[in-house]
Amino acid sequence: MNGGGSGGVNGEQPRISIRGLSKRFGDNIVLEDVDLDIMPGHSTTVIGMSGTGKSVLIKCILGLLKPDAGEILVDGENWLTLSEQDHLMRMRRIGMLFQGAALFDSLTVWENVSFALLRQHIGKTEARKRATEVLEWVGLHDVADLMPAELSGGMAKRVGLARTICHKPDIVFFDEPTTGLDPIMSDVINRLIVRLHKGSGTTMLSITHDLKSAAMISDHIALLCHGRIHRIVPANELSSDKDPMLRQFVEGKAQGPINCSHWGKKMEEAIDR
Amino acid sequence: MKWLTSIGTGVEFAFNRTGLYTMMLIQLLKKLPKPPWYGMQLLLQAEEVGVQSLPVVLLTALFTGMVLALQSYIVFHRFAAESLTGLVVSMSLVRELGPVLVGLMVAGRVGASFAAELGTMRVTEQIDALWTLSTDPFRYLVTPRVLAVTLMLPLLTVIADFIGIYGGYAISVYVLDQNPVVYIDNTTSYMELEDFYSGLVKSGVFGMLIGIIGCTEGFNCQGGAAGVGTATTRAVVVSCMSILVSDYFLTAWLFG
Repeated sequence: MNGGGSGGVNGEQPRISIRGLSKRFGDNIVLEDVDLDIMPGHSTTVIGMSGTGKSVLIKCILGLLKPDAGEILVDGENWLTLSEQDHLMRMRRIGMLFQGAALFDSLTVWENVSFALLRQHIGKTEARKRATEVLEWVGLHDVADLMPAELSGGMAKRVGLARTICHKPDIVFFDEPTTGLDPIMSDVINRLIVRLHKGSGTTMLSITHDLKSAAMISDHIALLCHGRIHRIVPANELSSDKDPMLRQFVEGKAQGPINCSHWGKKMEEAIDR
Repeated sequence: MKWLTSIGTGVEFAFNRTGLYTMMLIQLLKKLPKPPWYGMQLLLQAEEVGVQSLPVVLLTALFTGMVLALQSYIVFHRFAAESLTGLVVSMSLVRELGPVLVGLMVAGRVGASFAAELGTMRVTEQIDALWTLSTDPFRYLVTPRVLAVTLMLPLLTVIADFIGIYGGYAISVYVLDQNPVVYIDNTTSYMELEDFYSGLVKSGVFGMLIGIIGCTEGFNCQGGAAGVGTATTRAVVVSCMSILVSDYFLTAWLFG
């Protein structure tokens, strides 16, 4: 089974539509003929084992990696055929929260947050005002003049989230939004994402290992395995779905149908011994 | 057969790096004429490359001029031609030592800094973040750095030439008791503008090499902290070697 929609209203055009996406690194096939639709205003999370290509998928959509084959349609426009300049223009409606926040070391927190606005020639005063608003929204209004090195991991992630949404994007991507955070800070980030989704109706695509987070922030959850989208289920049916691969992943068992690479088999043998 | 493999690996590496540097240069030339230009980034980098490099450049030039004067005097004294000391010091500095020494100093300081900064940005996804914030990382990071070092190196060389010549003058006049008027006359009367310009052309080329090599190594960095370390070392070593190799060909072209 491969791909499918994330459950939109009949006849509605997907905001993001991935068709036959393939990517390999040398002999290693990471993505193979991936199909995935994300409807406007929906939040989809892609889950899967480490090394199955979740980050590669998001990087292909954003234009950070060039896929070997396939189409990436955003509102019907194929982003893979865009010129570099046109692609950059389209990025103005995109927000991306990186796993490590990826804040710019040489800029202060507020300069980081308002970076996209400053590049769009919005005045410094107005950009700072907007940055302050968004920092307040993530509960960090008092760190605007600090440098990223002075922030804790959780604070950096919230600043990253503030930077992601400061320019009011209509599509937001999250790469492991809660990885490396304590359970309380994870909950804070999850709640902020839910608030953003419900408040603005932003279309979201997340990738994570954190099933609790996935269930909380998404409408639909897709399992990526063997380079393909194996199954998509509504988030509230994740725990009750009977698919063996999804069950194995949700229950976190080493033994089962998911043997994404040769070491999976070796690991099983080692456990059996 | 092991030696053959080593040679093959070395040749492959040389072609690989040359290709990467050439591609970087072509991309730079393609992107340079079209906006957006990040003027503030260029100024910041010019300050970093130019002003911040001044102490190390001044010290190197001063002592090189002083040593040159001392060595030349000792040799010329053997056949009573001490008056030529000023000419040798100034010619050596302006045509050769000024651009090469400033190039090597800046390669160590700035080339390493470019590779380390961009390499860290690459491995911590800051370069990817720039793209997602609708900013072309190449225009924002690479273009200002290469331009800054290409423009600032000739300026640093001019300063180094004057300081080096003054160092030579100070040793000759105050320590070796030479006649200051004869020293200055010998320094200026045989030197032509072409000597001065050739040094500037060389330093401009060296600046571009440092910028391209440092930025390429940082921009294509892989493999976490170890990768940043490798990129930084490689940037310095390749920059220094390319300065020395290109210096021969530039000299042959300019004075041949």
